Amino acid sequence: MIKYISSTINHLILSIGLLIMIVPIWIIFASSTHSSLFINTNGLQFFLGDNFIENYSRVLFKQSGFFNEITALKMFFNSFVMATGIAILSVITSLMAAYGLVYFKVKYATIIFWLIFITLLVPLELRIMPSYIVMSKLNLVNTFAGLILPISASAIATFFFRQFYKSIPDELLEAAKLDGTNSWSFFIDFLIPLSKTMIAAVFIFMFVFGYNQYLWPLIMTTSEQYWTVVMGLKTMYGSISDRFAFVIMSMIPPVIIIIFLQKLFIQGIFQNK
Amino acid sequence: MKKVQFKSNYSQYFFLAPQLLILLIFLYWPIIQTFKDAFTMQDAFGFGSQFAGFDNFLFIFSDPSYFTAFKFTIIYSFVITLITGSIGLLLAVQANKVMHGKSAYKTLLIWPYAIAPAVVGVMANYFFSERYGLLHHLFNNLWGFNWYENVFDAYIYVIIAGSWKQISANFIFFLAGLQAIQKTVIEASIIDCKSNIRRFWTITFPLLMPTTFFLIIINITYAFFDTFGIIDTTTIGAPGSETKTLVYKAYIDGFKGLDLGSAGAQSIMMMIIVLVITIFQFRYIEGKIHYN
Repeated sequence: MIKYISSTINHLILSIGLLIMIVPIWIIFASSTHSSLFINTNGLQFFLGDNFIENYSRVLFKQSGFFNEITALKMFFNSFVMATGIAILSVITSLMAAYGLVYFKVKYATIIFWLIFITLLVPLELRIMPSYIVMSKLNLVNTFAGLILPISASAIATFFFRQFYKSIPDELLEAAKLDGTNSWSFFIDFLIPLSKTMIAAVFIFMFVFGYNQYLWPLIMTTSEQYWTVVMGLKTMYGSISDRFAFVIMSMIPPVIIIIFLQKLFIQGIFQNK
Repeated sequence: MKKVQFKSNYSQYFFLAPQLLILLIFLYWPIIQTFKDAFTMQDAFGFGSQFAGFDNFLFIFSDPSYFTAFKFTIIYSFVITLITGSIGLLLAVQANKVMHGKSAYKTLLIWPYAIAPAVVGVMANYFFSERYGLLHHLFNNLWGFNWYENVFDAYIYVIIAGSWKQISANFIFFLAGLQAIQKTVIEASIIDCKSNIRRFWTITFPLLMPTTFFLIIINITYAFFDTFGIIDTTTIGAPGSETKTLVYKAYIDGFKGLDLGSAGAQSIMMMIIVLVITIFQFRYIEGKIHYN
């Protein structure tokens, strides 16, 4: 009996937690399926309306922005290019740098180590204005390179690939050396296959991290052609149901990733913190 | 490093080069620029500049709005850490106990973690808008809620918006921490101590200390940096500038006010704060190795 009561209490508390996390999103979703006129007169809604397809397709394909130069679909495209670019670039450069640090005798190794890892102390938010100036000197404002490169300039992934390499037994390299493997084929044929899960976890984490960027795209894009989803949320104009529908759509990519790739994503969080 | 390594004259640089190159151009160059800005005084029209020593630093220290931002950032990180930490812990303890539906609870509780702070801010906007806002109406009926005039109300607004998604992060890490505690320890403690609550505070919670400490750092970093998107989509610092975090203020002064010197000095002050937090973190990691 006592066991039954206490498990009921457990479920009760968890259900309250679930409500706190889900009800706000449900309300915005339910409201996004009504017409703006209805929302403006009746406020936020708990129940679904009939305008789902109408509202969502209008938002996806309608020209919006200050100068009506971009559709939500284009913003999704931009966000995907940016997030994928950031994920690919950080995985490749970090994988290589960690390999260079762990498996080679490097002159000035300590200096290079600190040169890489001290960057963890300076998040992008702290160098936003000078970064903008540097990017405009390099003519990278309003380009995908400008959106991708400064976010990829991070040593977090390097740190974790380095930890991972250090945990690989030395015997692997000894054996490979006996077979006459050179450094390049050891990297390609041994380390990369061994790091597969790790690479996937870092990739997914960096993708969501890149997709969720707000401040940097806000500063780097003066042309509407390069607007991304998350920054576009604040700047997009439209009726109230347009905006609700866009908020809901903007969540879909990261939420799908976390639901279907939960294990990998959590592994990514643990490695990236 | 490794006992067995490759010996080569140039291969290692080939592997290090891409990352070093990106870091040099997109990180070191802006950082050097930040230091330059911080020690330079520019005239308002950007025509000329001269070396200013510590003038920019003295200026921000004598600026009351800097202290307002400092105070808010400290309060904000403290309250967010407390709220999200305790709710996250409470939910994690329950989820660790239940027999049925554990993975369903887990999935449904963690996915807000993936939502961008700016998206959360835009959502919070609707709940606190005078026209549609359910929370606005609720609080308004309770005590006359008015966030664009009343500092306390604005605090409530940004605290609710800032805490919501961070509950998920705390939940994930506490649950992982709880699952890492060995079953035998818990079973042994059940024999010695019958009270569930006392057992939690004397056995389980001390064993969770590493997780708790780690989460405090995570939550502080979140409140310092990641909440930018939340502030910028909710209060924008309103009523006056009482809900500006240090990062948000540096951005406004630099980007909107074009005061590069002050923004640079503020960035350097933030770097020092991050450095202090990191030193704490490293000492903690060393402590953990010591225990093992």
